[in-house]
Amino acid sequence: MAATTPKPPVTGAGPFNGVLTWVDQRFPLISLWKEHAADYWAPKNFNFWYYFGSLAMLVLVIQIASGIFLTMNYKPDAANAFASVEYIMRDVPGGWLIRYIHSTGASMFFICVYLHMARGLMYGSYRKPRELVWIFGVLIYLSLMGEAFFGYLLPWGQMSYWGAQVIINLFGTIPFIGEGLAIWIRGDYNVSDATLNRFFALHVIALPLVLLGLVAAHLMALHEVGSNNPDGVEIKKDIDPVSGHPRDGIPFHPYYTVKDTFGVAVFLIVFSIIVFFSPEVGGYFLEYNNFIPADPLKTPEHIAPVWYFTPFYAMLRAIPPMFGSQFPGVAVMGAATMILFALPWLDRGRVKSIRYRGTKYRVWFTLFVISFLLLGYLGVEPTTVWGQFSNGLPLVGGDYVALWAARVLTTVYFLFFVLMPWYTANDNERPEPARVTW
Amino acid sequence: MSAIVKDDVDPKRRRLLLIATSAAGGAVAAGVAVPFVASWFPSARALAAGAPVEFDLSKMEPGQQVTIEWRGKPVWILKRTPEMLEQLTKHDGVLADPESKDAEQPDYVKGPTRSIKPEVLVAVGVCTHLGCSPTLKKEIGAASDMGADWPGGYYCPCHNSRFDLSARVFKGSPAPKNLVIPPHHYTQNDAVVVIGEDTKA
Repeated sequence: MAATTPKPPVTGAGPFNGVLTWVDQRFPLISLWKEHAADYWAPKNFNFWYYFGSLAMLVLVIQIASGIFLTMNYKPDAANAFASVEYIMRDVPGGWLIRYIHSTGASMFFICVYLHMARGLMYGSYRKPRELVWIFGVLIYLSLMGEAFFGYLLPWGQMSYWGAQVIINLFGTIPFIGEGLAIWIRGDYNVSDATLNRFFALHVIALPLVLLGLVAAHLMALHEVGSNNPDGVEIKKDIDPVSGHPRDGIPFHPYYTVKDTFGVAVFLIVFSIIVFFSPEVGGYFLEYNNFIPADPLKTPEHIAPVWYFTPFYAMLRAIPPMFGSQFPGVAVMGAATMILFALPWLDRGRVKSIRYRGTKYRVWFTLFVISFLLLGYLGVEPTTVWGQFSNGLPLVGGDYVALWAARVLTTVYFLFFVLMPWYTANDNERPEPARVTW
Repeated sequence: MSAIVKDDVDPKRRRLLLIATSAAGGAVAAGVAVPFVASWFPSARALAAGAPVEFDLSKMEPGQQVTIEWRGKPVWILKRTPEMLEQLTKHDGVLADPESKDAEQPDYVKGPTRSIKPEVLVAVGVCTHLGCSPTLKKEIGAASDMGADWPGGYYCPCHNSRFDLSARVFKGSPAPKNLVIPPHHYTQNDAVVVIGEDTKA
């Protein structure tokens, strides 16, 4: 766009006015700053749940920075990978810290993202006009799962190896093309050096670029439509005619930059406590079996993915093979993530926020959260964890209690979405207030 | 130069050119993608490593199992005792596929032993469920930790699949099929087994 009127010089930056004016005449510095910070009007009633978006972004930065330094000593080679990680841990000055920051960051990333998504669910942040914000968010979540999976192979421990083996074989169950597809993904008949090398490439360059692009799209879409809030009330409906700004809005900077900085400080305290005192978190952030080098000829006694994948893993295990194929379980696991894309169109409630939702939604939402958490727990444990039914079940005979629990919970997970158009359409909702409350 | 004096735009022609250019560009992009996609297939070196491997059976004790590597996968060679062979025909009722009709195995291994020589089982030690490697539980009955009616076999620690000593899957296991019997044959007066190559007719 050719500027017909010259931009006004930058003011308010003291001795930097001159240089900022020079930059602003050649780059949209001030307009970007205004659009995304100083003049981005966000609802004034954000609460605790609104920390996790900015914290997820902080973790992304932490992961990129620590990851860059890890690549400087890591060797993506099946013969050297495990030893190079131990080398980082023992011999590289500060290497142990960088690696523990990266491994802790991986789990903290998922904690932030899961809480951020829970917030979106509770307050209806996926509803019109924020469908694309939600879809970009789901794409970020999927990329993050890929990023975590590829990264998990790199230490080349037993869990790395057999975890990758199981997940790649999931693709092998796809009818007709599966076997060829699995060989294509591995680049060999088995998880091998070729697999490790390409996963390294995907982990350090391909998916981080995708993630950064998606985060940019997520934020641009958000700043186009404006933030939702705990009341689910659109603040743009009530504009102050004098100032031209929403009456219930405050500029993101300085109000929310300050709030988020406080969140960052608390978060970094928690992060540091984990890194310095318990980086393995009892085997949940770093699995003990992964301190044994990968052995393609020996499967560890108990295989479980890292905690952030376990709800889906429990679903996979819950589905029995059908027609001589494990594919139905794989399809269910895939559907469990894909169904998130449909969410904006499944919800037919008249209010967005759970604060004004009716009983039916609240019950379903509670069941959904319980099923997700319990599936996560069951995915960590072996299927024998709750023992067997003593007398056997009608129709199916004796079987593991945990297996049947997982089947019921998987059904609840899907019913939350599939039945949503009905239970949200005629719920006893309370009317939304005209303006936000706080 | 006065070729374009008037701003005459022919939208039909523009659209045609736009479609033609996009189609040509798309075809080129698809063509360029081919080598990138192909680069993910096993390399010549990985294919060469898939060559047959040999193992000398003469030093094996009855009841002993060795695991060797073929194409990066564990291959079991189990020298079964007469008691083990006796068990194989006794539990057809609890097997998902006692005749191995659905199983991946060469034509020259038939019947309950699934082997060329009855006592030597050669099987790919990779669970048909999700690729873990089951553990040998060769003790029969209560001597194993698998229950009093256990006929000897394999147990997959990942998802509790169970197989007998011919690597046939028991009903109720998550594994959909019997384990794979790789192509193999014997040479040098039957002392050496060659895995990865069919019996020459």
